[in-house]
Amino acid sequence: MTIEQRLARLEAIVAALENEQTDLSSALTLFEEGVVCLREAAGSLAEAETRVKRLTELADGALVVEEFDEHE
Amino acid sequence: MRRRGPASTTSQHDEPSFFESSLHAESLLEDAGDIFPGASPRSAIAVSTLTETAKDVVEGAFMPIWVRGEVTDFKAHRNGHWYFGLRDLSSQLRCVVWSRDQSSMPAAPDDGMQVTALGQLGVYAARGEMQFTIRRMEAEGDGLWRKALDATRARLDADGLFAPARKRALPRHPRCIAVVTSGSGAALRDVIAVLRRRAPGIELVVVHAAVQGESAPRELCRALERVSRWGGAELVIIARGGGSREDLWAFNHERVARAVAACPVPTISAVGHEVDITLCDLVADLRAPTPSAAAEAAVTSRVEIQLALQTLQRKLIHAIDERLYVPKARAANAAHSLAAATTDHLRSRREHIRAVSGRLHALSPLATLARGYAVARGADGRTLGSVSDFARDASFTLRLRDGDVDAVARAMRPQSGPDA
Repeated sequence: MTIEQRLARLEAIVAALENEQTDLSSALTLFEEGVVCLREAAGSLAEAETRVKRLTELADGALVVEEFDEHE
Repeated sequence: MRRRGPASTTSQHDEPSFFESSLHAESLLEDAGDIFPGASPRSAIAVSTLTETAKDVVEGAFMPIWVRGEVTDFKAHRNGHWYFGLRDLSSQLRCVVWSRDQSSMPAAPDDGMQVTALGQLGVYAARGEMQFTIRRMEAEGDGLWRKALDATRARLDADGLFAPARKRALPRHPRCIAVVTSGSGAALRDVIAVLRRRAPGIELVVVHAAVQGESAPRELCRALERVSRWGGAELVIIARGGGSREDLWAFNHERVARAVAACPVPTISAVGHEVDITLCDLVADLRAPTPSAAAEAAVTSRVEIQLALQTLQRKLIHAIDERLYVPKARAANAAHSLAAATTDHLRSRREHIRAVSGRLHALSPLATLARGYAVARGADGRTLGSVSDFARDASFTLRLRDGDVDAVARAMRPQSGPDA
């Protein structure tokens, strides 16, 4: 899941928890999911090196993504 | 070439007379009339020979030169070539721009425009006219550029490509960003540096295209087409560093602008410096003043994401607290009631026990003894409750409030009465 998707999921979870229609046991399940989501988002934020690639077209028209040498 | 022979050697010794000499010269001239084309009626040349010769001579005499003049009588021919005149107050020159040379000019000139043109003077042999073949042309006051830009802009505008409603929202946290630019340009270096610093963890895919020169529009369109076909990017930055107006011109090209508008992925355009605004900038979903600014706008910084996560964490905890408030209160309430109920129950049990034990106490023989009574028990421990239980001289024990007394029965006197 991308950071964006995780943030969106967290927002949805908070909204569901704030909704009084949500019954207690689902609320607790959602809360647990929210905690996992937070931990994973923080983790993926901590990893993270910018990868630079290059999109090239082969003779047959196929597109390939390959390493881009920034110092070439 | 001079003829060598006996005649020439003898002439050194025997001078010819003047008459002989002039006759000789005349015959030579007649010979020459035959030898040199057009020197005599007999050797008259064809028109085409003359015009072709003039063409060779004129073209050989002039290097390509810049000429200034006013455009007059402009005509774009069906064959694609442009024909017009360049004139000043006293002269006029026929000019042509072949269609293959028109791509270097932003637009066709209009009559009355003051232009400077680089061309080759020659002769149009078919008409025997002097003709100036133009390869480059610039109009005073940016006339041609302005005209071309205005015309393209009007066409794009008519198709609604500048409408604010067309602008798409950019993804807030794109995972993969395509950068359409020169693989060796400063713009790419700037974009990479900003993304590294601001939002590590992003994948950046370079899609190379020439960003200036004749092939630039075609390459930019093809790069955008590749990005669409590939489908892996969530955002496209089309960028070029600063340069002259001619350098940036590809980004005003109609096909490039239309390709940016048609891109299925949201676009940020960043061409040149802050003051340069191209048609690409106008059709893109976002215009950034520089490539660095485009990279800044493309991503949310890591710090901002961390703040967002912290806020969500607080909200999450607050929400579950709120959600648990009522059940918690109910549980606390129940626990309290339970404790209270237990206490009450114990109290009543204790009181009951006290009452019962009071009654037990009242019934206890010990209490009777306490009041001064005694109980007699035989040697076997049986209570001796009746005169008949005793035997003369038999020993028995009297239990009193504070101890026992050994005793002997001396006489029995049963009591007469209803109880006896």
